[in-house]
Amino acid sequence: MESVESQIAEWRAYVANAPGVNGTDVDELEDHLRHQIAELNAAGLTADEGFLIAVKRLGDVDGLSGEFAREHSGRLWKQLLRGGEGERALPVAGWIETLLFAVAAAVAVQVARLTADAPDEEPTWLARNAGLFVLPFLAAYFARRRQLDVRGWALAAAPFALAALLVNLYPYDPDSATEILVALHLPVVLWFAVAYPYMRATVRAHERRMDFVRFTGEWFIYYVLIALGGGVLMALTALILEPTGMDVDRIFEWVLPSGAAGAVIVAASLVESKQRVVENMAPVLTMLFTPLFAVMLAGAAVVYAATGLGGAFDRDLVSVFDALLLVVLALVLYGMSARDPSTSPEWMDGIQLVAVVSALVLDLMVLGAMIARIGELGFSPNRTAAVGLNLVLLVNLAGAAWLSARFLMRRSRLHRLERWQTTYIPVFALWAATVVVVLPPLFAFG
Amino acid sequence: MHIDKDLVAASATPLVLAILADGESYGYAILKRVRALSGGELEWTDGMLYPLLHRFSRLGYVTTEWRTPPESRRRKYYAITAEGRAALADQQRQWVAVTRALNDLWPGSGAVLTAAGEA
Repeated sequence: MESVESQIAEWRAYVANAPGVNGTDVDELEDHLRHQIAELNAAGLTADEGFLIAVKRLGDVDGLSGEFAREHSGRLWKQLLRGGEGERALPVAGWIETLLFAVAAAVAVQVARLTADAPDEEPTWLARNAGLFVLPFLAAYFARRRQLDVRGWALAAAPFALAALLVNLYPYDPDSATEILVALHLPVVLWFAVAYPYMRATVRAHERRMDFVRFTGEWFIYYVLIALGGGVLMALTALILEPTGMDVDRIFEWVLPSGAAGAVIVAASLVESKQRVVENMAPVLTMLFTPLFAVMLAGAAVVYAATGLGGAFDRDLVSVFDALLLVVLALVLYGMSARDPSTSPEWMDGIQLVAVVSALVLDLMVLGAMIARIGELGFSPNRTAAVGLNLVLLVNLAGAAWLSARFLMRRSRLHRLERWQTTYIPVFALWAATVVVVLPPLFAFG
Repeated sequence: MHIDKDLVAASATPLVLAILADGESYGYAILKRVRALSGGELEWTDGMLYPLLHRFSRLGYVTTEWRTPPESRRRKYYAITAEGRAALADQQRQWVAVTRALNDLWPGSGAVLTAAGEA
């Protein structure tokens, strides 16, 4: 019997190491294994034989962990690249690939810069096309990594081609407001276009959408980290070279845009290869900032509710509010993506609800003020874009508040809330696309 | 008789939900029940039951509880919820539709299925 105990312990350790399987899963499986062994022993088999047959019946660990991983993709996210079964690109080959795409993006940006003669000249087409210099390379990087077929590549490329045509064929007026709106919204649209190859051309799968949300969050954190490192490097370079009388600005013209473009790809590839540090940090950051934002939002909601929005309300404030609401949304989404969906409500969910409800109140006030302004001055491109964004956010926040309140009262499952958010994601993409495609002709490219 | 893998997978949801509809249970007992019901013809890899149960839990079809029965190890019990019963009813309708269609094509061979499905 002693030997079976040690065999079970060994088996336990092995299964516990498999991706997608966590501690309580192993407890459950072990209970099953012991039952089976006991039954086989009762039927006359020796302990050893019983163990062998029971393990065999439980299924091979790879297949099993694959099933667990499919069900708990949140856990999987922490442990492996979801690729074809177990294939993991060789680290070196992976890095060369990353580097090639990063350099390509950097070259594209530099070609554009030299053509435009920036920063001495700043033609508006440069800002308008900014996303198009970098994000196609990110999409191609994923299309290649996910081994899309020809149809997949074509569909992945289509939005970029369309966007490039549209953005450059529209005859914008000089000092056009819609042109600035396009410059702001196009990168968002293109980011959603990257989701297509990222999700292996399966945009309907809600679990994959959640993966893309996780990817976006972690990519952002990596990008910020790389940018910070780059900033330190550049500051030191400037200090070191200053005494030599070299023109540091000329160097930066080359380094800064190239680095910013290349880092987009490098950050994505870091997320792909899952360096352990960030994946533990991202949920912690969310945990840390959700309460802080909740306090700040609740405070702001109370203050503005007391004083009214009237006097302070202007265009800059609207952008600040929108940025704030987007951050709240990102925190909620990211917090959710890092959470085990089968658990019951905890205090963090309550805090999140406070944040969402306060955001909702603020959003309502902004919308009210904005609609009053439109009634007074009529529609302009900026007001239309702002009202649209706020409406899109309002519906999302209202749905999220309703579902998370029900979840807290244990009338609903977290799964519902998650579904709501993943179902809603295309709405953001559609709204951004509307601003890029419909708004300019609607306002006569003014 | 060998039953196709896809068919085994497809029938797993209604089978397990139906077993849980009879009363709460735990993994090993559910599996024994499946084996007994199918006369051993449904070949399951035992371990695959658990991801399925976890999916039910995520979708709210079942509630789970860890308990330690006397003279036994800690064990996870699954109990069906109203949502789970609704899903089961839905599955039942689907399977009845499928078996009815097959019965029309193969008269005489599947009378039992229809009887069971409409019961």
